[in-house]
Amino acid sequence: MDLAIALALQIIYGIANLVLISLGLAIIFGMMRVINLAHGEFIMLGGYVVVISTNHGVNLWFAMLILAPVVVGLIGVIVERLLIRHLYGRMVDTLLATWGLSLVLIGLITTIFGAQTATTISAPLGAVPIGEYSTSGYELFLIAVAIVLSVVVYLALKFTRIGLVARGTMQAADMASALGVSTSKVYAITFGVGAAVSGFAGALLAPLTGVLPTIGATYIAKAFITVISGGTAILAGTTSASVLLGGINGIVSFGIGPTMGEVALLVAAVILLRLMPRGITGRIFRKSL
Amino acid sequence: MKLDRRRFLQTTSATAAVMAAPGIIGRAAADDTIKMVSILDQSGGLDIYGKPMVDTTVMAVEEINAAGGLLGKQIDLKTYDPQSNIQFYTQFATQAAASDKADVVHAGITSASREAIRATFNRFRTLYFYNTLYEGGVCDRSTYCTGSTPAQTVEKLVPYVMKKWGKKVYIVAADYNYGHITADWVEKYVRDNGGENVATEFFPLDVNNFGTTIKKIQAAKPDLVMSALVGGAHVAFYRQYAAAGMNNSIPIASTTFGVGNEHTLISAEEGNGMIVAYSYLQEIDTPTNKDFVGRFQAKYGADAPYINELAARSYEGAYLWAEGVKKAGSTDLAAVIEALDTPVSYNGPSGKLEVEPKTHHAVQNVYLAELQGQKYNILETYEQQQPADTLLVCDLVKEPNQSKFYFENGLEAAGIK
Repeated sequence: MDLAIALALQIIYGIANLVLISLGLAIIFGMMRVINLAHGEFIMLGGYVVVISTNHGVNLWFAMLILAPVVVGLIGVIVERLLIRHLYGRMVDTLLATWGLSLVLIGLITTIFGAQTATTISAPLGAVPIGEYSTSGYELFLIAVAIVLSVVVYLALKFTRIGLVARGTMQAADMASALGVSTSKVYAITFGVGAAVSGFAGALLAPLTGVLPTIGATYIAKAFITVISGGTAILAGTTSASVLLGGINGIVSFGIGPTMGEVALLVAAVILLRLMPRGITGRIFRKSL
Repeated sequence: MKLDRRRFLQTTSATAAVMAAPGIIGRAAADDTIKMVSILDQSGGLDIYGKPMVDTTVMAVEEINAAGGLLGKQIDLKTYDPQSNIQFYTQFATQAAASDKADVVHAGITSASREAIRATFNRFRTLYFYNTLYEGGVCDRSTYCTGSTPAQTVEKLVPYVMKKWGKKVYIVAADYNYGHITADWVEKYVRDNGGENVATEFFPLDVNNFGTTIKKIQAAKPDLVMSALVGGAHVAFYRQYAAAGMNNSIPIASTTFGVGNEHTLISAEEGNGMIVAYSYLQEIDTPTNKDFVGRFQAKYGADAPYINELAARSYEGAYLWAEGVKKAGSTDLAAVIEALDTPVSYNGPSGKLEVEPKTHHAVQNVYLAELQGQKYNILETYEQQQPADTLLVCDLVKEPNQSKFYFENGLEAAGIK
């Protein structure tokens, strides 16, 4: 029984982890149809903000919850203004440009901080006992964060004026523009928000994974698979795909082994996309966000 | 800084060598330099291993040159960066052997990269040094493997930690040949010492969520966890293990932790109590080593990385080769091999390092240490360990014309498979 609870929590954490690393990408891809291959590097930058600032004495929670999203969000806005806005509607070109950007960011961070960076932070909140088992309190915190973050994104898109304008621009940019909405500003803000969410995820994961300039590569494939499997609806797509893929990964990892867990995740995504080429929300939850 | 006569002569001769360098490069086409090529990853995922190795190789060559070079010639060192990509390894290996006509190549980090380039050096009859710890089993007349192998380190580590912590062992390892073969050796030594393998799990190199495995470890309740995890993503295992409070209940021993300077990447509390065995640790308390560490830190400044076995052995590997060339009095391949096999030895930072002529591996010291506060306390020293695993399958004295990688036969000979 204890094992079942501990394991269930672990699988839920696996799902929350997928939600965190995919949501920023989903916002940028879902809203703007921009495939951001530098997504993994935004996550990496978030981690670096936390590690560097805590090494200089900044409070860990402040660094994770406020500093990292703000810094990476600003970087996102700068990237959008300098690079992405010249390439809207040119899918392959943005793909190449953001891939180049990811290489530049990896090179830049390696040049400044070296191939490895010492960290003094470890996961806060200690261990939580569950009968004979124990789980990391910080992982439980991350589950809560993933839920809160999803709810906030939902509320922001559904009930705020900015959310309305953003959804309008996403559906018909020229119509929104004719109604007096500055679409270029909306795009810049959306890209910035997407980057901020990615940076936030990287910051939250840093105490559990550490940081390396090349750590983005660990996340990018999974994030893409989750977003593509989810389909066009940002929130419903990301969460439903995360539940499905994260659940399968967790169960198979426990039952057979981690290598087969990774394989099962990929096989599930392949089968899913064969049956639903436009992702989960291309077939079900079509009207959702 | 005080200047005595000896130091004055050293510095001035070093300066003279540097001043003379442009002239040397200008005449490089002529046969008055000895050509050494280093192929090690300085970018990409393996750069955490490769960069310190390049630093120490450069340092060794500069020191040899400053001390007058080899056979009256300067060593001309060329470094290539294969960017953690096997394809570049084969490309640069061909370039080093065919176009640079290197007298020796020091190259390779993963076993995969070594096997990709070894054939090229065989074809072009080029002397090859591989300075990384690995799973053992290479048997090749023109290749020297100076790093430690499982029979030298794992054989000491497993009984020590089993005696200290208990007999039930849970193995976690990286999912490629190093991890699988090392896990086989660990299982063998656990059995030999009357223990029990609870489970063995393998992880792809890009996995960094270890939650389900940590739950499985909790369920299995082993006495200790043996880790052969590799690379940046796998560092996450130790952090998540500590986050679940496991580092206080089930201790970890590792055959790889620290080789990528992992102990400086995680916090002190997360790493405390872990036990490892290597043939070099920066903390070795000998005058030679202290002098070496001091010179390295002076050269690379305050940001100098921790010197691990890979970095130290790259330095010692260069010197071991230089001893061979000195003894041979030439850079001719056959002459240098003959000289190295006499056997040649070198007293370096890790202690005495001697060529083992049957296997072209190294007889070396092994140090067993416990991590405390991001530093290793050396608990045991095992002097002059033979590469016993490779000796089971390889005899280059009896049968010199071999170029094989015998790992499967090695496992068979050791009664593992």
